[in-house]
Amino acid sequence: MSTEITTDVVVIGAGPCGLFAAFELGLLDIKCHFIDILDRAGGQCAELYPEKPIYDIPGFPVVTGQQLTDNLMAQIAPFSPEFHFSRMVNSLEKLEDGTFKLQTDADETFYTKVVVIAAGGGSFQPKRPPVPEIEQFENKSVFYAVRKMDDFKDQDVVIVGGGDSALDWTLNLEPIVRTLTLVHRRDAFKAAPASVNKMKELVADGKVNFQLGQVAKLDGENGQINHVHLTTDAGDLSIPATRLLPFFGLTMKLGPVADWGLELNDNTIVVDTEKFETSVPGIFAIGDINYYPGKLKLILSGFHEAALMAQAAKAIISPGERVVFQYTTSSTKLQKKLGVA
Amino acid sequence: MKINVTDQAGEKHELEGLEGWRVMEVIRDWGLNIKAECGGALSCATCHVYVDGEWLDAVGAPSDEEEDMLDSVGDVKSNSRLSCQILCSDALDGLTLTLAPSAAKD
Ligand SMILES: Cc1cc2nc3c(=O)[nH]c(=O)nc-3n(C[C@H](O)[C@H](O)[C@H](O)COP(=O)(O)OP(=O)(O)OC[C@H]3O[C@@H](n4cnc5c(N)ncnc54)[C@H](O)[C@@H]3O)c2cc1C
Ligand code: FES
Repeated sequence: MSTEITTDVVVIGAGPCGLFAAFELGLLDIKCHFIDILDRAGGQCAELYPEKPIYDIPGFPVVTGQQLTDNLMAQIAPFSPEFHFSRMVNSLEKLEDGTFKLQTDADETFYTKVVVIAAGGGSFQPKRPPVPEIEQFENKSVFYAVRKMDDFKDQDVVIVGGGDSALDWTLNLEPIVRTLTLVHRRDAFKAAPASVNKMKELVADGKVNFQLGQVAKLDGENGQINHVHLTTDAGDLSIPATRLLPFFGLTMKLGPVADWGLELNDNTIVVDTEKFETSVPGIFAIGDINYYPGKLKLILSGFHEAALMAQAAKAIISPGERVVFQYTTSSTKLQKKLGVA
Repeated sequence: MKINVTDQAGEKHELEGLEGWRVMEVIRDWGLNIKAECGGALSCATCHVYVDGEWLDAVGAPSDEEEDMLDSVGDVKSNSRLSCQILCSDALDGLTLTLAPSAAKD
């Protein structure tokens, strides 16, 4: 079902820089909607290094990627931004009346006065294993995520990987499939111990076939696989299969951002350093995705960029309204907005 | 010190390694086809290389954390390493390796 949403600001990307932008916009009474391909906030911090410590956030001698994300979420909570997760912004165009129209792959259309691109290193997409011609089977019989369990009912399923996704789906799909083979390159798993134990029980009961090895080749036609060939220490092996689920984690790709007609510099979006506006007025770019002379790809830089962007966005959203500069420490007006006064 | 790198296209390159730098940084700074998405933080496995047999002892075995990261690529071999976890040193002068397909940029 298609949905239409009209708002002041759409922020593309809920990484640390986009999240802080919601705070700076909120102080100026501007509400925003977030769109992110991930299923949660935090961008690189949450996806690539949730447990690794960051040492260069002002005021935090040390904070992990996940803690920083949680703190940013708490900081912007008073402004109730709305999150639209697990969808990618595919297209962005400026309409004749100056508003922007954005479309997502979840069949939503957003109409907004201002767009803030905080897309970081690009959209996160599943890592594709280097298997010849795997593309021709993708989304027909090879999937990188389970959207509908029904697609796997009574199928011969091969799951590849040793992390939580591989183990979770092995356990979830086992009761409904015809056969299930789990393939991993070694006998150690980086998943919740309880899941690993349960999987081992299913293997012992003969309900799951576990193979040490890697996928080398796929057989099939018209997008439908019929055999998965494995290389194993004991030699090559061919397994009858109608569905393949490789779970190798995520990687970042610039993706559709490149096609929006904005001035680019080597996969980043050129902005000015006064407003962090792109070559199209009303579209701003902050954080890792932008480029200007001297740019440092640091979270700290994105925070600064968000503050200046918000002032410029205010002038577009409420033209003619005078913005008085205030500190959060001393302004009761700002403190009221934050719910602390 | 020198590092000998064969890229995914089979082309050979002799790179000047800097003592104390990571092998990944040298390969990246020479502009070869390595994505190294996380910049050496052991969070991406897009700096995956195959170390030549005769150098395996000198570079040592991968840590458990590195093994976990190697799970996220589909072209691991027994001589697989993440090049951001190998530090340049005189003991590795002449190190010979090949860039894995999964290390390629988009
Ligand atoms: C291992 C590691 C360690 C790091 N350590 C530090 C450090 O110590 N200090 C520091 O300052 N920085 C560090 N960084 C860099 C820091 O993580 C980045 O600078 C920061 O994440 C950039 O934030 P961002 O909000 O611009 O983008 P990101 O965090 O990349 O978030 C962008 C978001 O946009 C989404 N997105 C992109 N395109 C689309 C689209 N078309 N549709 C929908 N969603 C989209 C993505 O899914 C993502 O969630 C580190 C990075 C890594 C990988
Ligand atoms: S550069 Fe990311 S793991 Fe080596």
